[in-house]
Amino acid sequence: MLFTSYSFIGFVAAVLLLYYLIPKKFQWPLLLIASYIFYFFSGPENLIFILITTAATYLIAIQIEKNILRQKDYIKEHKAEFTREEKKKYKESQKKIRVRWVLLSLAVDLGILAVCKYTNFFISNVNGVISAVGHGKQLALVDLVLPMGISFYTFQSVGYLIDVYRETVPAEKNFFRFALFVSFFPQLVQGPISRYSDLSQSLYEEHYYNAKTVSYGLERVLWGFFKKLVIADRLLPAVKLIINDLGTYDGVYVLFAIALYAVQLYADFTGGIDITIGIAEAMGIGLKENFDRPYFSKSLKEYWRRWHITMGTWFRDYIFYPLSICQWMQKFSRFSRSHFGNAIGKRLPVYLSSFIVWFATGFWHGASWNFILWGLFNWAVLMVSEELEPLYDRFHKHFPGYKGNLVKAFQSFRTVFIVGLLHLFDLYTVQEAFKAFGSLFTAGNFHILWDGSLMSLGLSAADYGIVILGAALMFTVSFLQRTEKVRDRISRLSYPKRFIIWYGLFLIVLLMGAYGVGYDSSQFIYNRF
Amino acid sequence: MKKNKKRGLRIFVSALIIILSLLFLQRLLTPKYVDDVVEGAFIKEFYNEEHKEDLNLIFIGDCEVYSNFSPVTLWQEYGINSYIRGSADQYVWQSYYILEDTLKYVKPEAVVFNVLSLRNEEPKREAYNRMSLEGLKWSGTKINAIRDSMTEDENFLDYVFPILRYHSRWSDIKSTDFEFFFHSKPVSYNGFYMKTDVRPPQDVPEGQPLNNYNFGERAWHYLDKIRTLCEDNGIELILIKAPSLYPYWYDEYEEQVENYANEHELMYINFLEHKDEIGLDYDTDTFDGGLHLNVYGAEKLSRWFGNILSEEGLSDLRDRENLQRMWDEKISRYEAEKAEQSD
Repeated sequence: MLFTSYSFIGFVAAVLLLYYLIPKKFQWPLLLIASYIFYFFSGPENLIFILITTAATYLIAIQIEKNILRQKDYIKEHKAEFTREEKKKYKESQKKIRVRWVLLSLAVDLGILAVCKYTNFFISNVNGVISAVGHGKQLALVDLVLPMGISFYTFQSVGYLIDVYRETVPAEKNFFRFALFVSFFPQLVQGPISRYSDLSQSLYEEHYYNAKTVSYGLERVLWGFFKKLVIADRLLPAVKLIINDLGTYDGVYVLFAIALYAVQLYADFTGGIDITIGIAEAMGIGLKENFDRPYFSKSLKEYWRRWHITMGTWFRDYIFYPLSICQWMQKFSRFSRSHFGNAIGKRLPVYLSSFIVWFATGFWHGASWNFILWGLFNWAVLMVSEELEPLYDRFHKHFPGYKGNLVKAFQSFRTVFIVGLLHLFDLYTVQEAFKAFGSLFTAGNFHILWDGSLMSLGLSAADYGIVILGAALMFTVSFLQRTEKVRDRISRLSYPKRFIIWYGLFLIVLLMGAYGVGYDSSQFIYNRF
Repeated sequence: MKKNKKRGLRIFVSALIIILSLLFLQRLLTPKYVDDVVEGAFIKEFYNEEHKEDLNLIFIGDCEVYSNFSPVTLWQEYGINSYIRGSADQYVWQSYYILEDTLKYVKPEAVVFNVLSLRNEEPKREAYNRMSLEGLKWSGTKINAIRDSMTEDENFLDYVFPILRYHSRWSDIKSTDFEFFFHSKPVSYNGFYMKTDVRPPQDVPEGQPLNNYNFGERAWHYLDKIRTLCEDNGIELILIKAPSLYPYWYDEYEEQVENYANEHELMYINFLEHKDEIGLDYDTDTFDGGLHLNVYGAEKLSRWFGNILSEEGLSDLRDRENLQRMWDEKISRYEAEKAEQSD
């Protein structure tokens, strides 16, 4: 059930209606049923995977919590008899048990993800090695289904389990409530990756109908549809055409594709998240924001703090931090300090941790080397920027005038450009990405900008007009959001003005949306992760 | 109380604006089929027909009926009051539903079905579905016709609310979209598509060998339904194959239709076998190289076929004054357009 399909719109309308009509205590069970119906339509066999992940995480989290409580009780009971050493020893022995439980859960949850998503990547690489050493026999690829949203619900489940392990959240005792946390349908397709501590309260509590809440949510859904249907899906054919034929479309075409893809990806992903958060908001359920005007970032580091925020913080909290403080990293830290001196030695463990994080981020985005390289190039740019930071600081100290709006605009543009260049690895295979990058300097086909070639990319003049105006509208809204939500501003206007704005936006989506016969209705880009 | 009243009024006015504006946009954006692809208007035009209850012959089928038979000639020469309910690439199941719809208005003496569409088991293009089904009046028949015809890309809701299908036509809006906003103009002559152009055939494609020459289950199923529908209503069903040079009509196709006709005691005429008797000259009687007849060819074919129908006992209705008056008007429009197109 595509988010942009009539059936999904009808489905959400029916769920929303029932949600406020039924007794409040049945609201969350209704959401659970709706979520499983929604997931069923992605393929009945996918239910098995989400159920295994849910059940394993649920049971193991309870075991972990039981162990924590048992430990606390035991220490309390034997407080007088325990020496400090004994207490520490006992705690460590219990921690080991909990770690085993965590590892078991990770093996199940990440194991499913690894098998479904990475088996063929592994086989392809083995085949590559086999042919490199001169053996003719190749392993056959397996026909595996990648369950919808598996990366998102797996990460959400793993995050929950680690939080229980860290005692930052209690284990959920009700299996069905936990199942809803894992499968809540609006966020199942492409996130955001919610934390149990953020979502659980509003997910399970009773919600009374509030016209303002519902209309606020639906306004955001409409804005999401605008981004997705009017802008992102309109650009899709042109981007596809360029990236599928590097032989014909190189040089300035690649640059053009980078620009189009920057707009398409932003409109697609933020549009999808707007729809997700909007639906939840209409039900009174608060989901974490996933974007904070990322294209206004002045550096790549800032960009990654503002783009796909819930993924970034997930990697930070559940991979980077644990890695940074784990025993062998401590050892490595000591080793590097003693061998390379304090200045370099203290940096190396951080760089190694972030290298692993960016490797994982790339691998999470796709089971292929181009995504891994994309992650590693991001890491490289971030590390270089980090190293150059003192230089920038010195520059700004000497030239304090270089902090105006123009400079900020340049910095934002530079960031978007770097992000765009890095996306070459998202758009092309590894070889093609390097070739495409090289062609930027060698093709010299600047004439395509004025000789009408851009009109043969599947976009008409009207399409370009809509995209430019749409992007300008997205930019304006994003700009205005610096200080206050645009919806808040609009809500203060008189009813006729509000009606004109929202109904006007609805008509724009209805008439200018790239949907229906003749359009390649696409799934959200991030759904494939 | 005053606040509630104000809110109620606000909701009412907003709803009214939304409904009226959406209806306006839907009507504006839906193709009018009056200037370029006029075939899309044929199915709907039937409902505007005067005295349709007096029709005694109905043609159903694809372009091989709406291009190849002239109801004007059938009336002028034999007093046969006929109507063609055909549309581009009209599939056999669509023909069945269109016949079912037609029989709600008229019980003709005979129904003529062109067998070319028996080749098709699956819908091919959404555009053809649109032209065949959009004009049908809403009923259970139309719903079934849509359900049976939709391609994978199509959605039932797009038929219910055509604005969802034609939303992107805003960039193609023409003056005719405003001119024919409230009303349409007749574009056919009782379903006949008049063309006076002459384009003789040059390279008529030979039939390529096929893997399977047998008509599919679906085709037979709906042909059976057409036959049963006619039998239940006491209507004679006549099967025909129009004299189009291509798509190629294989001997194996011919044999299957002949066997079916014999089995069910139906009249079957393959006009391809009677080209000379009809007097067809493909150098002058086709407007697109042998695919369809022009008006001159259609008149010849209708004259020849009308004679057979008369001999079969189809009534001559020229003594009916109301029909006479109606046909006089149609004939003068027909002749005027023929002359205009010929100039």
